[in-house]
Amino acid sequence: MNKISLWLRWVLFCSLTVAGISLLSLSIGTAGIHIKKILPVLLNGQGTMEYSILFDIRLPRIILGFCIGGALSLAGVILQGIFRNPLVEPYTLGISGGAALGVCLNIVLKFHRSLGVFTLPLFGFLGAGCVILIIYSLNIKKGILKIQELLLTGVMLSFICSSLIMLIMSIVHSEDLHGIVFWIMGSLEEPNWAFIKISIGVSLLGLLASYGFCLDLNAFSLGEEEAIHLGVDTERTKRALFIIAALLIGYSVSVTGIIGFVGLVIPHLMRMLVGRDHRILLICSFLGGAAFLIICDTLARTIISPMELPVGVITGLLGGSLFVYTLAKKGTL
Amino acid sequence: MLEIKNLTCGYTTKSILHDIEFKAEDGEFYGIIGPNGSGKTTFLRTISRILKPRKGAVLLDQQDIRKMGLKELARKMAFVPQSLEISRLTVEEFVLLGRIPYFSGLQFIESKEDYLKARQSMELTDVLHLKDVFIDQISGGERQLALIARALTQEPRLLLLDEPTSHLDISHQVKILDLLRRLNKELKITVMMVLHDLNLASEYCHKLVLINQGRIHRIGSPQEVLDYRIIEDVYKTIVVVENNPVSNKPYVLIVSEEARDAACLTAKARRKNGASRGKDAL
Repeated sequence: MNKISLWLRWVLFCSLTVAGISLLSLSIGTAGIHIKKILPVLLNGQGTMEYSILFDIRLPRIILGFCIGGALSLAGVILQGIFRNPLVEPYTLGISGGAALGVCLNIVLKFHRSLGVFTLPLFGFLGAGCVILIIYSLNIKKGILKIQELLLTGVMLSFICSSLIMLIMSIVHSEDLHGIVFWIMGSLEEPNWAFIKISIGVSLLGLLASYGFCLDLNAFSLGEEEAIHLGVDTERTKRALFIIAALLIGYSVSVTGIIGFVGLVIPHLMRMLVGRDHRILLICSFLGGAAFLIICDTLARTIISPMELPVGVITGLLGGSLFVYTLAKKGTL
Repeated sequence: MLEIKNLTCGYTTKSILHDIEFKAEDGEFYGIIGPNGSGKTTFLRTISRILKPRKGAVLLDQQDIRKMGLKELARKMAFVPQSLEISRLTVEEFVLLGRIPYFSGLQFIESKEDYLKARQSMELTDVLHLKDVFIDQISGGERQLALIARALTQEPRLLLLDEPTSHLDISHQVKILDLLRRLNKELKITVMMVLHDLNLASEYCHKLVLINQGRIHRIGSPQEVLDYRIIEDVYKTIVVVENNPVSNKPYVLIVSEEARDAACLTAKARRKNGASRGKDAL
């Protein structure tokens, strides 16, 4: 049918974009490696310096950018869908604040020194988990998830967390302070392949799980009552989607720190491109977020190479201006 | 088909509806009337499962609707809301949403049958020519027709409507109500709608359900319910009820304060003159 072939074309287009950008990103860097040389080096170049630059430094970042960009953008689409509010993004709910607070505590208490670096994302995830539990349990009454109240509680918790982080930052040693600031600004540098593998699993599972609710999200766009009239179990949908989005956000923030704007801008841009049907929007937002974050990270590590800019700076600048530009041009969300 | 037993319901603390007993016959065309705040919409929302009853139950084909699957219910009953939240879908995409209750577990794409059903409903409601237009770009009357088309795509046996004709001009009011009558007659869909306009209710509905202060005040044909004594008692407003010369249905006229006072004066004057032929409505 017409619609399906159009959708397939979009998916193909987005996938090719991601692949192309990844290849480009592999070849660009302090040490330029020509695109044509990438495949031979990866296949037979084990042991050479080029191989280790590609395989140990650039490839992990690209894969992580793919997973986290996709996950954040997906979480944005899901939240905008269930809240029916175009301003909601992964960081409005305070989940990222909780993760940041967890990481701060870890740095201050020096667990990352005594127990190992892996405790940083672990504490981040614990912090995110606490916030998720608090906002969820405060807003579920008699099995009904009060979605607008949940948004407000989330915003408040976000403020509380950032105040606590500022409190911590104002009393710690400058060495810890540097660690906290560095972490909060966000970075895709992750030397541990285990985390990269987990990220692939988490983000793809998130996509798969949320895709099961794509039709319910379509019905949701008409309002909760209308969705009930169309036979959608809105309570189950809201709960499941909220938890999927929350886990995606919690995981992303714990691993890479706070990388803003992906989850707000990409869903809007994709809605303009592919339309509002969540059956295509979920997939394309995931791929779009992935491509966007890979581009931003490539820019972040090349603009003032060999130094590196925080990737959050680039996502904010690039995403924000791109968004304002398209909005001004199209004049509608 | 629809049976309401001993129903009491409402929002947080206050009960809006009390001890409702009601039985709808298959293929009937009901109009639910009553003053503002009497509980008409609450009545409809309880039937459509948005509100949970405090006491009692709503049965559809002898089955409690709260124990039925939501999708199963949506295949038997469709709801047409008063207005639509702005959403940027084309009319066809919007009407196709009515097929959601028919999607099976891992089905994500509409089947040929789904498209066919959507097409048929758009034909019936005369919005097929708008199928590729965005729903926020069509007129209020056309939007109401699209809403009905979506409800029809659910292939319901019971159609609930919440004031389908509010904010529409008379030509669209008539178009929509004529359509509903046709659906009722040709597709044997039982219709229950909330209406504010007593004259439209009288002209189109077989039976009227008059709700007052959360209780069913009277059920019956328009002739039985639209008696001026009943209407004046429930609405606390002076009215004159006449018969429509063409359809022979009652219609309700209101009288302004000025005209009432003038009529009183003439009546008094006549009484003085020995004649006492004031309108008995006054």
